[in-house]
Amino acid sequence: MNRYEIRLSGAGGQGMILAGKILAEAGVMVDNLNISQSQSYGPESRGGASRSEIVFDEDQIDFPKVIKPDLLVCLTQESFDQYGSDLKSYGVIIVDSRIDISAVRQEFKDNVYQLNILDLAARKIGEEISANMIVLGVISRIIQNKIPVEFIKKAIIEKVPPETIDINMEAFDLGFDLKLDKRSYIYGRI
Amino acid sequence: MKTKIFKPEKRAVLLQGDQAVVEGALAAGVEFFAGYPITPASEIAEGFARELPKIGGKFLQMEDEIAGMAAVVGASLAGKKSITATSGPGFALKQENLGFATMVEAPLVVVNVQRVGPSTGLPTSPSQGDLMQTRWGRNGDQEIIALAPASVAESYELTIKAVNLSEKFRQPVVLLLDEVIGHLREKIYLNDSEEIEIINRKRPTADQDPKSYLPYQQTDDLIPPMADYGSGFKYHTSGLFHDQSGFPDGKKETAKLMQDRLHNKLHNNLEQIIFYQKDIRNDDRVAVLSYGSTARTAISAVNTGRKDNLKAGWFKLQTVWPFAEREVAKLAAQVETIIVPELNQGQLIREVERAVAGQARVLGINSYAGELIKPEAIRDLMEEVL
Repeated sequence: MNRYEIRLSGAGGQGMILAGKILAEAGVMVDNLNISQSQSYGPESRGGASRSEIVFDEDQIDFPKVIKPDLLVCLTQESFDQYGSDLKSYGVIIVDSRIDISAVRQEFKDNVYQLNILDLAARKIGEEISANMIVLGVISRIIQNKIPVEFIKKAIIEKVPPETIDINMEAFDLGFDLKLDKRSYIYGRI
Repeated sequence: MKTKIFKPEKRAVLLQGDQAVVEGALAAGVEFFAGYPITPASEIAEGFARELPKIGGKFLQMEDEIAGMAAVVGASLAGKKSITATSGPGFALKQENLGFATMVEAPLVVVNVQRVGPSTGLPTSPSQGDLMQTRWGRNGDQEIIALAPASVAESYELTIKAVNLSEKFRQPVVLLLDEVIGHLREKIYLNDSEEIEIINRKRPTADQDPKSYLPYQQTDDLIPPMADYGSGFKYHTSGLFHDQSGFPDGKKETAKLMQDRLHNKLHNNLEQIIFYQKDIRNDDRVAVLSYGSTARTAISAVNTGRKDNLKAGWFKLQTVWPFAEREVAKLAAQVETIIVPELNQGQLIREVERAVAGQARVLGINSYAGELIKPEAIRDLMEEVL
């Protein structure tokens, strides 16, 4: 695998950093794959901007942070406004439906997928805090040719509190089954 | 008591830089931690709180960083390999007792996971602003050893080296991380503990009569054998200049003798203390010289630049103090330009300019508001000068 960069962005408390850790743990299970996972957040434990970054590469990872994402997730308007125009030309942006994306750059119009992640978490799972697991499900489907889905599931089981495994897996599956209806052929290019 | 508790697994592990410091320290035989948690170094305290009780070691959360530093000096004198960890604001508080540790020659390690200052600054953002504080933060003329890892794997390796150097030279050692390296998670394969060289301080020989023991004996290697407090050797430690017995002696000759010994015990052995890595080809015209997280940017910029035939190489300091003067002077004779990227307004560059002494052009790239330097910035400057 060539260098592949994921940036997860949202508000503090939305679990973007945990999601990043889980992706990194899943990456560890892949032989000969190097991983760097980092985060950026404010001093507050909830609220404020929060960002988690994962870099996968079969070669040595020199610069440990994302240079230009292949895959970007934005769960808040603030994070979309800040990061929404920083992407590889063939990259993918996953954006929550509550976000106004009218300001998206012309060149990235076809790269954006709007999914009702937060609503689904609240309505179907009953916990908006499960949004990060829905995000992991979505990502897992996109990168399944790089990191096997079962590795990500295994990492979730290892990382979340035991009593929450079921609800987290339910949210993961919900995300995995979400349709990226606009251009499903994109899987071939990611 | 066994001190090596980390059984390296054959499978790879995902580890944070701060956790790697804990694992490295345990592998090196550290049995005592005292300190006060602070972002971005709290994970180090957490790690020791979890691991030390398992091996009969001691973890103390003190009322503040000053007390944490004092406790570490005490534990070191009592014979234990000791460590504390903090960030900039706490590092400022530790300076006085760090000077005391230098004066009484207590081997110990102080980890500073740097964040943006001054004062409480930006708690969750990386910086290299404490480079000069590490060197000159205390009163008086004194040496310090400081190592700076650039990855999670290096955090593990250099922590072991930091403990070893402190033991070997009876000297406090500072381990300088920054928020990016401290919080970075990377896949690493930890060393097999059998392969790790562990150095223990030189103690008095078995036939040493405690009554005639000189805690600050003038030996040929300038490193006095150190007795553990509580082992039958009674001696005095003082921040005042002292003679071989450890008791204060204000005579100018004594002060000079001791100052010279503290200086020379390190400067006679620089080849054992100064670690660096480099990749400079014969026809490279530019070198990027850096340490810590900026070295990652530098190496990335050089490696991608070389794909486009840029004549550039990199030089990474693992030991930042004492400064690798001779090596940098040699580098300056080899290349035309040395680029020094730093997460501050220009600290290392002063040392580089001094060592280069006009032999090459020295240019800085600086970021000091909490963001890493992007490889692109170094690439642009390399193209400009080539």
